[in-house]
Amino acid sequence: MMARTQAAHLRPSSRYTSPVEPGRVWLRICMGVVLALLFLVPYIVMLLGSFKSLAEISRTPPTFIPQQWHLDNYITMWSVSETPLPDNLLSTIVIASLATLLTLAVSLPAAFYTAKYRFPGRMAFLFLVLMTQMLQPAVLVTGLFREAFALGLNGTWAAMILINAAFNMSFGTWILHSFFASIPTEVDEAARIDGANTWQVLTRINLPLIWPGIVTAVIFTFVAAWNEFAASVVILSSAPTRQPLSVALFSFVGQYQTKWQYVFGVSIVAIVPVLILFAIIQNKLVAGLTAGSIK
Amino acid sequence: MSALPMLPAADPRRGSSHRLRDLGRATPWILPGLVLIIAVVLFPAGLMIYTSTRRISQSGVDRGGVGLANYATIFGLSDLPGVLLRTLIWVVVVVAGTVVVSLVLAHFLNKAFPGRTIVRIILIIPWAASVLMTTLVIYYMFEPNYGLVNNLLMRIHAWLANSPLHLDWLVTFANGDYGFTKRMPAAFILAIFVAIFVSLPFTTYTLLAGYQSVPKDVIEAACVDGATSWRTYRYVTLPMLRPALMAATIINIINVFNSYPILKVLTGSMPGFGADTTTTMMFKLLQTNQRADLAATLSVVNFGIVIVVIAAYMWLVKPLKGVDE
Repeated sequence: MMARTQAAHLRPSSRYTSPVEPGRVWLRICMGVVLALLFLVPYIVMLLGSFKSLAEISRTPPTFIPQQWHLDNYITMWSVSETPLPDNLLSTIVIASLATLLTLAVSLPAAFYTAKYRFPGRMAFLFLVLMTQMLQPAVLVTGLFREAFALGLNGTWAAMILINAAFNMSFGTWILHSFFASIPTEVDEAARIDGANTWQVLTRINLPLIWPGIVTAVIFTFVAAWNEFAASVVILSSAPTRQPLSVALFSFVGQYQTKWQYVFGVSIVAIVPVLILFAIIQNKLVAGLTAGSIK
Repeated sequence: MSALPMLPAADPRRGSSHRLRDLGRATPWILPGLVLIIAVVLFPAGLMIYTSTRRISQSGVDRGGVGLANYATIFGLSDLPGVLLRTLIWVVVVVAGTVVVSLVLAHFLNKAFPGRTIVRIILIIPWAASVLMTTLVIYYMFEPNYGLVNNLLMRIHAWLANSPLHLDWLVTFANGDYGFTKRMPAAFILAIFVAIFVSLPFTTYTLLAGYQSVPKDVIEAACVDGATSWRTYRYVTLPMLRPALMAATIINIINVFNSYPILKVLTGSMPGFGADTTTTMMFKLLQTNQRADLAATLSVVNFGIVIVVIAAYMWLVKPLKGVDE
């Protein structure tokens, strides 16, 4: 894979500029290794720490590599007294999945229609979507808390699903809008002449063409909802079994003693699936976040 | 619906009945989104402003209107000037640090070398991981008793103290007796580094996307004309990166201003508001002090600040420009 990457990247650049000297390539590789290590170190400490015993992880002086490997941390952490971890994992999965589905269900039609049709208030709607994209739950959390209190939704999955969906639908709409807009009108018109209605133009013609946009929107929304903290910590503070992993993690942090091995074990469990999803869309990672601002 | 022409021109001469019909056709497509935004963004914003004029009991019961008394309370807090100053330092230092380091990273990661894709993927990790988890592990690394980095610094400290130049004050200043995690300003400085660390992936990737709009032949032309690599970068590459740089900067300003987990972990256990920004202070008012009314009041102030930043974004970056009118 490395060789292929090298070939793919070296060829175009050497066509335009002078060929890169071998010494310079080695310098870049060394810098790349240093950079990778700098970004990896905290997560290596996390991974190694998740295999240590409580005694070893809070020992002075500290160890780097575990002296005894406690692989059973990954089993015992599911039945600790601090927090109902299986419930927390379930909550994280339910909230992130349903919020992603709702986001898609709401943003797909809005993105399609605003990209293909003109109607009064279209720019106003897009402006509103853009405003929402710049807002975050943290700045509105008191209002959300009071609203959920009035509706009796504090401590429920429904509240967090709606909040995650609302704050991510703007991003979903925005990126899907740009994908829909990139499909030539002629394609839609040809389908229409063949007798397709608006719904069929969307499902039969457009959706197969924009699926990379859908994948990106889905993964971004899922990761954002998976890691959401500011609203969850307030809305779900009274419901320990409904808390996602990010909030439940705090149960291990005590005033006098912290069960770091579980903090790190839970973190690894939470990070690995998300990292895989992000790596899949590595090349498209920014396309939507800044859609419209970078041409 | 099937007879609807694609992309009907926005003709101002079209009658109001046509406009009404266009709106009617659009409704089923955009209404769900509109309802969600109104119910979960606009309504809570309004409710927040309303709550800021009420007295709310600790159990959440509305005890009636108090006018602007909550604002008087918030602006009368002796901690507030310090909180505002820290917020300013927090946002400016973190965003500036993030942008400068990201420019260097993007410049490097735009060059060809074997393994570049792997380095780019590793760079994603702090972005994919929840900020809270990254902060917790860095907190652990700097923990005064068993933190690995803290232990390393203490060894360097001992070595420096024994060295003829007596440079141990360098580490004492940063490290102190209690490490980085239990006191100001060391904990706040560490929080700034963590905030930069977790902001680097998004910013670097945005700039890398910006690099795709820098044509190679322009760089080539500058080189042929004899420009040094620094001059090429300063006068050719950087101006072309400007849109990406602007977008990344403003999104970072909003993210860093709204950031909560980093300071919650690193300075949250300190009593009072002596280590807070306006965002973390708001969370303390809401959760520790159980004062939803005061939290709402401070939130309104924060909301105002965010709106100003968004307005600057709309004005400077013009993100709606790409949409056909």
